[in-house]
Parts: sequence; structure tokens; C-alpha cells
Amino acid sequence: MGVSEAYFDTASAAPLHPAARQALAAALDDGWADPARLYSRARRARQLLDAARGATAEVLGVRPDELSFTAGGTAAAHAAVLGALAARERVGRGLVHSAIEHSAVLHAAERHVAAGGTAHEVGVDRLGRVDLAAFADAAAQPGTALAALISASHEVGTVQPVEAAGEACAQHGVPLYVDAAQSVGRVPLPFGWSLLTASAHKWGGPPGVGLLVVRKGTRFVQTGPSEERTDRSTDLPAIVAAAASLRAAQAEAAALAERHRVLVDRIRATVAATVPDVEVVGDPADRLPHLVTFSCLYVDGEALLHALDRRGFAVSSGSSCTSSTLTPSHVLVAMGVLSHGNVRVSLHRDSTEADVDRFLAELPGIVADLRAEAGVVDL
Amino acid sequence: MTEILDCRGQRCPLPVIALARRLPELPVGATLRVLADDPAAATDIPAWCRMRGQHYLGSPETHAFDVRRDV
Repeated sequence: MGVSEAYFDTASAAPLHPAARQALAAALDDGWADPARLYSRARRARQLLDAARGATAEVLGVRPDELSFTAGGTAAAHAAVLGALAARERVGRGLVHSAIEHSAVLHAAERHVAAGGTAHEVGVDRLGRVDLAAFADAAAQPGTALAALISASHEVGTVQPVEAAGEACAQHGVPLYVDAAQSVGRVPLPFGWSLLTASAHKWGGPPGVGLLVVRKGTRFVQTGPSEERTDRSTDLPAIVAAAASLRAAQAEAAALAERHRVLVDRIRATVAATVPDVEVVGDPADRLPHLVTFSCLYVDGEALLHALDRRGFAVSSGSSCTSSTLTPSHVLVAMGVLSHGNVRVSLHRDSTEADVDRFLAELPGIVADLRAEAGVVDL
Repeated sequence: MTEILDCRGQRCPLPVIALARRLPELPVGATLRVLADDPAAATDIPAWCRMRGQHYLGSPETHAFDVRRDV
């Protein structure tokens, strides 16, 4: 990554952690054989896979045999949703999910509905927190086979009441699936879930490695290619790198979160004070440490993103003009907050105070210029 | 009679900008109906009303949004 660029889109893809790079290089030399074979080179590959599984399970606080690796976060989310639903068809075909799930989970829900199942979407408040009472009510309905709740919003950072939701689900024997992609390797994981997924390139591992945890006693059937169960078809060097970087990220997580919280607090306060007509969204306190989202009134999100890019800031946006479908972020819509002129800043381990301060110094002028160009000053 | 502001075919944030220009020209208590087919309008028009202290009355039909000038 170029030093002049301030990369603020970790929530989409984190830059590769040095521990991942090192482990990847070693595993490319040492872990290319088929881990299911019986000669010594294959057994070496098998050892690497087992060690990666053990290390990853330890970080997650689960048993190694509860964890499998998938070909990415989306594959893990689909396997979790569709596998848990398929295993409980005799109970019913109802899926309950929050309105702010990641699109990978929503696409799995769409697939479930297309196959004859039902999906019940539960709304969120203005801060992006799921309506817990409605979620519990939906989980209690006869025929509910699975409930899904993201650990914390990938778009606005609001932490979700996973443990309370898990308790409500457990009362009715409904398994809770948690998409923890933004939390794993960053913040302590909640308790009370039955299935959990994550994605290595969100914590600094390589792309193309997902985690799927199915707790003991949870009904589950494999819905994808049958080989995935044994991880044989997955990318072993990438898995080794993912495990190494997760362990490194976990070791750094508490100190990094503290540093990120200070910077994100500064962004929240400074943007609100220096940019007129801006809405900083998401829960101000109970949120992910590294991520902040705000919307600038009367500003075109795509124009803002490109203006920031020209000044060396890589951010993402939930505005409709920046999406391939030209629809606004379903998370911002569910919260009922301004969706145009939207910017999401997400920090990584090498984000510096100087990067953030330069961003904060330049943003008011960039927004003012865009408003002046559009003739929307003093509206 | 409700005045109509036709923003169909305009992309976000243009319908909200048009609303912000037109509403202050109407008397307090007047209602403006914004026609907008951009998918962001359904979220951004109520959000603008909240940020500006104006009253969002609802969507009487698809792609139509009623706003009352309160301040």
C-alpha cells in the first residue's frame, strides 16, 4: 500500500497482516500437498491444517471439531444459514433475521425463500440496534427454524444484543446464527449463539478464507460441495496465513481497539462540529471500535467518494449512487437515516493519527466545495 | 390544494435539494407533495424533514411523499 494513501476501508478488506504474509510464504513452500493423502508430505500439509484449525478455534473459544474453513465469508454465511435451515425442516421453514444483516446473509435468505421457505425481517432503531422484543417474538413463532443476528453492523458499527437474542432463542429451542465478520480478531465475541461465521480478510488474513463454527448439539447439514466438510478443497496456505494473522490480530486487539476508539471518537466529534448539516450515524457508545459512518446533506455520495480519493483517502459509501444496484444501503434505510452523501471510515492497524487528522482537516473543505458546485449553500 | 414538486427521473440527492429550495417559499402549514422515483427518496425525504424540523406526512402512493412546512 502506498504511503501517501490513507486507506480507510478495512471493513471491506483489511490490508494483509505481516503475520499472514510470513505464514503464507512458508505454507506455500510447505503446505501445497493434498492433506488427505498418506505420504509424509501430505501428512505435513495435514499437520498445518490441523494446527491452523487448533489455533483458530482457540482464538474463538470453540472446539477444533466445531470449526471448518470455507472458501470465504460469503460461502460461510450461506453454509450456516442454509445448512441450519435444512437440518430443521421438520420443525419448520421460518428464518428470522435483522434488517441489517450483511448482504451475504440476505442473499442466503432470498435463496431460502425462493426454495419455499419464509423469512421474517426484524427492524432496527435509529441507532441501528435490532428491536429485541420483536426479534424474540419472531423467534418464538411456531415454525421458526433459525434466527440470524449480525454481531455488530458492518456499515454503522452498532453492536447488537446477541446474548439477549440468544437467550430468547434458546427458550424456544431455536438456534441463533451470528455473522461475526466485523468482530472476530477485534473485540471479544458474545456468548449464546449456535452458529457463527467470519471472514479472514476482515482481520488482515488473505481473501478467500471463511470460518464456519457449528456448536456441538446444533443440528446442521452440509449444503455445499461435500468435500468442504473436510476442508480438503480449500486453500491450505491461505488458511495457515488466516490462522497466523488471527492469532496476531487477537494479541493486538485490545490495544488497537483502545487506539481506534480514540480516533473514531475524534472523527465523530470533529465531523459533527466542522461539517455543517452532517448526520453521524450509529450508536455513539456501544459500537465497533474501528468504524464510523456519517452522511452529508445535499452531497452526492459518489462525488464525495471520488473527491476524497483524489486527496488520497479510500472510504466506502452506502449512498445509492455508489452501489451497483443504485439503491441506498439497506442498513441506512432500515435505520431511517440520511443515505445520500454517506461515508464510512474504517481503520486498520497501520492507520495513523496523522492520517485521521489530515482527513479531518480536509473534509470540511471538500464537502463545502461540492456543495458550492451544486449550488446548495445556505439551503 | 397540495403543490406538487416533480422530481421524477432525478437521482439522489437532487429531489431533497429541490424540496429544500421549494418548501421555505411556501407558507408555514402548507403541504408539498414531492414526486421522486429515486430509491433513496423514501429514506432521505423523511430524514431531511427530521433534520430540518419539518413534518413528514407520509407516502400516499408509490414515488410520492408529502411534507408540511412547520418552521
